[in-house]
Amino acid sequence: MSRVDLGAWLVWGFAATVVLTTILSAAQGLRFTRMSLPFLLGTVATRKRDRANVVGFIVHLLNGWIVAGVYVAIFHAAGEAGWWRGAILGTVHAAFVLTALMKVLPGFHPRMAGEHSGPDVTRQLEPPGFLALNYGVATPVWVLVAHVIYGIILGSFYRVPP
Amino acid sequence: MTPAIQDHAIVGDGRSAALVARDGSLDWLCWPRFDSPSTFGAILDAERGGAFTIHPEGPAIVSRRYLGDTNVLETRFETPDGACRITDAMIVAGRDEDVLLAEHELVRRVECDRGSVRLEVAFEPRPDYGRKPPRIRNRGALGIFVPIGAGVMILRTDAPLALDPSGARAALTLAAGSRLDFSLSFSEEAPAVLPPLGRALDERLERTRDWWSSWAARADYEGPYREAVVRSALTLKLLGYAPSGAIIAAPTTSLPERPAGDLDWDYRFCWLRDASFTAYALAALGYRDELRAFVSWLIHSTRLTSPELSVLYDVFGNRPSGERVLPHLRGYADSRPVRVGNAAQDQFQLDLYGEVVEAATQFARTGGELDRETGRLILGLGHYVVENWERPDSGIWETRRERVQHTHSLVLCWATLDRLIELSCVHGVADVPCRDFERERERIRSAVHERGWSESLQSYTSTLGGTEVDAALLRLPWYGFEPADSPRMRGTYARIERELGARDGLLYRYRTGDSPGEGAFALCGFWAVQHLARCGRTAEASRRLERLLGFANDVGLFAEEVDPATGAALGNFPQGFTHLGVINAALTLAEAQGRRKEAA
Repeated sequence: MSRVDLGAWLVWGFAATVVLTTILSAAQGLRFTRMSLPFLLGTVATRKRDRANVVGFIVHLLNGWIVAGVYVAIFHAAGEAGWWRGAILGTVHAAFVLTALMKVLPGFHPRMAGEHSGPDVTRQLEPPGFLALNYGVATPVWVLVAHVIYGIILGSFYRVPP
Repeated sequence: MTPAIQDHAIVGDGRSAALVARDGSLDWLCWPRFDSPSTFGAILDAERGGAFTIHPEGPAIVSRRYLGDTNVLETRFETPDGACRITDAMIVAGRDEDVLLAEHELVRRVECDRGSVRLEVAFEPRPDYGRKPPRIRNRGALGIFVPIGAGVMILRTDAPLALDPSGARAALTLAAGSRLDFSLSFSEEAPAVLPPLGRALDERLERTRDWWSSWAARADYEGPYREAVVRSALTLKLLGYAPSGAIIAAPTTSLPERPAGDLDWDYRFCWLRDASFTAYALAALGYRDELRAFVSWLIHSTRLTSPELSVLYDVFGNRPSGERVLPHLRGYADSRPVRVGNAAQDQFQLDLYGEVVEAATQFARTGGELDRETGRLILGLGHYVVENWERPDSGIWETRRERVQHTHSLVLCWATLDRLIELSCVHGVADVPCRDFERERERIRSAVHERGWSESLQSYTSTLGGTEVDAALLRLPWYGFEPADSPRMRGTYARIERELGARDGLLYRYRTGDSPGEGAFALCGFWAVQHLARCGRTAEASRRLERLLGFANDVGLFAEEVDPATGAALGNFPQGFTHLGVINAALTLAEAQGRRKEAA
């Protein structure tokens, strides 16, 4: 396998994450969805709403960088990147987030209520449900769009060295 | 039948408010913001508006109170078989508290104290002013979910509710020592926080009580009628929008100023005409954070339209959308039309300029700092006044008639220039062309003295060259235009008493145009108290204040107006302007009695 271009991974991983975050934040701000990954991530660490948003934002950026490494690894395994490969990976990524991750999230998020057990003193966050539809019917669309664009950016700008 | 306006009490969280009636019905709630469409609007239409009702079956003797100096409401029902009480509150918390709270939460707790009480519960949300049918979904342990706009309202309770397409209901018996909790929350910005019931709800209620108590304890006032002053301060705080510092006029729309009449307006916005009164009250009571936030909002909002000012703004300083009629709603006691939005925003009012500059001056007098950019902004208001003070305007009462030159507006133009000279000379805020402003100030004074005064009436008049008076003339001493005990103000006061006096200290604001049939304007009576106190007639002022306070409802709240015939509340409720009147009348009286120093 060819050598990983660390600089390109960091730069385009950061850029793709910024765009993904912007799309999801815009969708949230425009009230298309109540999905907020920074809020969900931040409330793992703190109960304070404002602080949770800040902590979650930082964790989300770091996550985006790390996940970009997985994309890069797959590009290298395939021998090349390209926008459509990125788009496919983004689609798979979004599907994974919306189905598998959202389903198990109440199990490991310390402040998320269970769909059947309901909230208690510690666990009070509304669970996302299948495809995160609990956060609004448009949620899966926006999550999909954001992740596909994330993948397209990585696929378009990351070059697998020959 | 819809309960009377004065049969309601308010709870809120500094971003939204709800009205709860004596019969246990939640009749008004707009989430997430004061000016959002109502989800419960039974006060405007019992059939279509929506309500969340909890009350005993059959007759009950009802009493209610706020718990101490808080905005936590307790309504007690005595029935032949037992007694129960409902505690209503919107949950609040300090900024630094380590808690995860819903974006908005209204708690209703029912406790049975004696015997047993048969209760009826009906949860009937009607989103978008009742225009949309509710889509109610029972999600089991998570609660009952109702989409509202882009957000979701969630009802969580330990009561066994039965769902139907239009709501959720229960009829149940509560025995002594038992209780039921209802948590109604709303989320729009992020995944919902589902508030737990039981002990966790105890803690939230306790924290809310403590928060309000400690806020009220900060009121720097030990003078006469302290209870009414603190209740008014607490009410004013409920009308504040915490994220921006704005203070709305009232949390309701279209409660009529004339019984079954058409004087129905939307007051869920922020009027600049209240600015100096608000700043004075906040400064005098020692609420410096609120004063700073309010002045910041004022400066921010006016910057967006400077040098021209809009009559009203929304809580973020933007121009609200236009006035519309909601024909599907019957209106309170058949008072139509129900309006949302307020066309007064398109009026031209010269008094606003003086109000903004006066508020900024009061802020500066209490040590507040105004930066250079703000100085330039308010200087721009001064230049605007110099160029426009001779134009006719709609005046403080916003009558929808032809514009004329109002004496009160001109006095505010005078005050604009007078305060700008003070800000420049004393506080170094703005680089004011003092000579030009002094010259123009004197021209305005001459115009008021010569054409705003009627020798035949021995009174200032409502308009230049006019023959009628309005109660705003009582404010001339407030701005320092003329001493309260001057012969001219004594004559004006006597004339106003004779022409606008109702009963027990009440005054109409004016008696022309659209006035017939409307109630006495509660605030004007409090202005009269201030006038008397400033004249040194403190015993008379005290008696008048006492009589006026008798028109508050059982929990100390005032609407905009009072029906002199019945004492009933009229107009939007509760009204910030009136409660400012209570505070400032008591403060002025205390100062006149030598019981406190003049604040600013």
